[in-house]
Amino acid sequence: MSIFWTIWISAITLTVIIGCAVLLRAANKNNTGVKEGDPMPHTFDGIQELNNPLPKWWVGLFWFTIVIALIYSFAFPSYTANWNGLLGWSSSEQSVKSKEESAKAAATSHSQYQREMNEAEIKYGEVFKKLVYTDADVYKDIELIAQDPEAVKVGQRLFLQNCAQCHGSDARGGKGFPNLTDNDWLYGGEALTIKETLMHGRNGVMVAWKDILGEDGVKEVATYVLQLSGRRVNDLDAQAGKERFVVCAACHGADGTGGQAFGAPNLTDKVWLYGGSRKAVEDTIRNGRNGVMPAWGEVLGEDKVHLISAFVYSLSNK
Amino acid sequence: MTTATNIQPDYNMKVVRQFTLTTILWGIVGMSVGVLIAAQLIWPALNFDTPWLTYSRLRPLHTNAVIFAFGTSALMATSFYVVQRTCQTRLFGGPLASIVFWGWQIVILSAAISLPLGYTTSKEYAELEWPIDLLITAIWVVYATVFFGTMAIRKTSHIYVANWFFGAFILTVAVLHIVNSMAIPVSMSSMKSYSVYAGAVDAMVQWWYGHNAVGFLLTAGFLGMMYYFVPKQANRPVYSYRLSIIHFWALIAVYIWAGPHHLHYTALPDWAQSLGMVMSLILFAPSWGGMINGIMTLSGAWHKLRTDPILRFLVVSLSFYGMSTFEGPMMAIKTVNALSHYTDWTVGHVHSGALGWVAMVSIGSIYHLVPRLFGQKGMYSTALVNLHFWLATIGTVLYIVAMWISGVMQGLMWRAVNEDGTLTYTFVESLEKSYPFYTIRFVGGAIFLTGMFIMAYNTYKTVSAEEGSIKPQELG
Repeated sequence: MSIFWTIWISAITLTVIIGCAVLLRAANKNNTGVKEGDPMPHTFDGIQELNNPLPKWWVGLFWFTIVIALIYSFAFPSYTANWNGLLGWSSSEQSVKSKEESAKAAATSHSQYQREMNEAEIKYGEVFKKLVYTDADVYKDIELIAQDPEAVKVGQRLFLQNCAQCHGSDARGGKGFPNLTDNDWLYGGEALTIKETLMHGRNGVMVAWKDILGEDGVKEVATYVLQLSGRRVNDLDAQAGKERFVVCAACHGADGTGGQAFGAPNLTDKVWLYGGSRKAVEDTIRNGRNGVMPAWGEVLGEDKVHLISAFVYSLSNK
Repeated sequence: MTTATNIQPDYNMKVVRQFTLTTILWGIVGMSVGVLIAAQLIWPALNFDTPWLTYSRLRPLHTNAVIFAFGTSALMATSFYVVQRTCQTRLFGGPLASIVFWGWQIVILSAAISLPLGYTTSKEYAELEWPIDLLITAIWVVYATVFFGTMAIRKTSHIYVANWFFGAFILTVAVLHIVNSMAIPVSMSSMKSYSVYAGAVDAMVQWWYGHNAVGFLLTAGFLGMMYYFVPKQANRPVYSYRLSIIHFWALIAVYIWAGPHHLHYTALPDWAQSLGMVMSLILFAPSWGGMINGIMTLSGAWHKLRTDPILRFLVVSLSFYGMSTFEGPMMAIKTVNALSHYTDWTVGHVHSGALGWVAMVSIGSIYHLVPRLFGQKGMYSTALVNLHFWLATIGTVLYIVAMWISGVMQGLMWRAVNEDGTLTYTFVESLEKSYPFYTIRFVGGAIFLTGMFIMAYNTYKTVSAEEGSIKPQELG
């Protein structure tokens, strides 16, 4: 912040605060020429104004707030971005502009945010460590942790806090957000695959086919896809759709059972990520889909991700 | 026009009558929408799967309707009445006053249509899109011209304190509206526009506006109302001339700084947050100056509260004003704000000001005005005014107590942590626990709204009665 703005802000704020004090002193004295308690020599539509003194307790209150305000404003950053006040306090590293700057600042910062984060790490970090590390200081197997009710409980809390927004409190997901309690996995349900998904995120892209297939093509492929999962459909349309399905087979496989390498859903079961109505399936083929699972590794740290993985694993491996 | 020999100038009461009646109409409309969205929070099906009736579109309709249709109509009615009577002169500008009335009704109707259709700038209390913003600006300039023009041609030597407050409100709202609404339209044929500000600057400008909409429209404007109608209804002199001077200047100088307290613990620079907090603290005393001056004006007239429900409205409104202006500075303290922010406590705080102060002082003033504007000696039924008073008081208390409890509960639930540092409750658990209080809030709001219908009926009977046929009544 330039020196101009520092002077500008200090000048106008202090003028207002000190101005209040000056005005308070002036109004507290009777300079009206009218005896205290008497009416002022003007009336408005019959309304008179008495020249009563300011209530003493109120004047005291006003002074008190002014003094408190001045003390606080010098103790904490108030008149400029360049000085953190006499206490040297800051809420966070407000001036960082990138992740790198943020990480660098975190190492040396004394901001309240960083202090609280450090305290939390000291206080709670051990709790998580105890649950996920063996005595030899390597990660316990996720399958093993999933058998530990205490660890699963903590994993569930982390899930409710960070994952439930999309996957639901019961982990059954919703439209566009996979159900984590069944055995149908887009990228695989092995313990380490789940952790991989959590650590680095996923991006499930289904391209839009309307320009390539045309509207009739979209309808035919949709019919075939519905037939794959056992729905009764028009056989002629399904047959036409099957011929066009070769382009889909690249990801979903020739038999439509999907491919976990691409996160391509199995189309032969009755699980539908974006809805199984004819309209929804057509819509998916026509306009494509873009499913995003964020990467949690950097946000939560590997210990917590390991724990959440165990919770998610436990859901379908009772 | 009047001749010099007339003692009573030929006031323009037509525009006052118009605004007085529309205040009641828009009050009912705005509060009905409020009750509907309160019900939607309990029974979401009440949006009937219709986009125009969803909470997201009706909530801004509610706030705009009560602030700019109900509240501002009340301010326009009373400011035009008070400025004429205390300046002893007819409104300046002849037909301009009519332009203010009809122009403002067009603004209200445009809001009532465009908000449910989904047009919004997404700025709270400034959701209206740019063509309506331009119209507001034009009408506001006319309003200011009429008001300040009347002050300029006044027959009195001094300017009465009520007019200082009205003047500060009109001038500041103009500045706030223009600066905050600066936006670039997508095209001249599109309703959509984008703010010229970005990021934290946008947030700061928005809450500088937002808080001063409260400070200047809902506080300074209504203090102007209070300074005329309380001494008039109590028939007592204003308690302290000097107190009115110091609290006026301190209030308007300090209020303008308080906005950052809406952005505690956000990306807003720390220095701005600190200043917003200390200025909010200083604001406590100037705010209470108005309450003291209003309530002490009743010295020697307290017995009138037994027989005059209009005075009850005015005095209880000052009590709610005092309570919310104590609560406000407390909530602006960062430590308290860390608990209260984003919870229903804020909603309760706003409504103790909006229902308890703004609505009740307006209702009291309108009950004072209606008989005088329509040639009667009193309202059709003083008993109904009294019933309205009790409905309004009980409705307000139920509303704010419910929101206090659910707000503090939410704040505590959100910050509770387990021994492993994870949050004890998910968001949806705190929502589930809030439902009983949502129901109490809905009931409180419905009771308040019932009172407004009684007011409409009482006003209809007063206005439609033969002139001079209603005699003054006192409560038995």
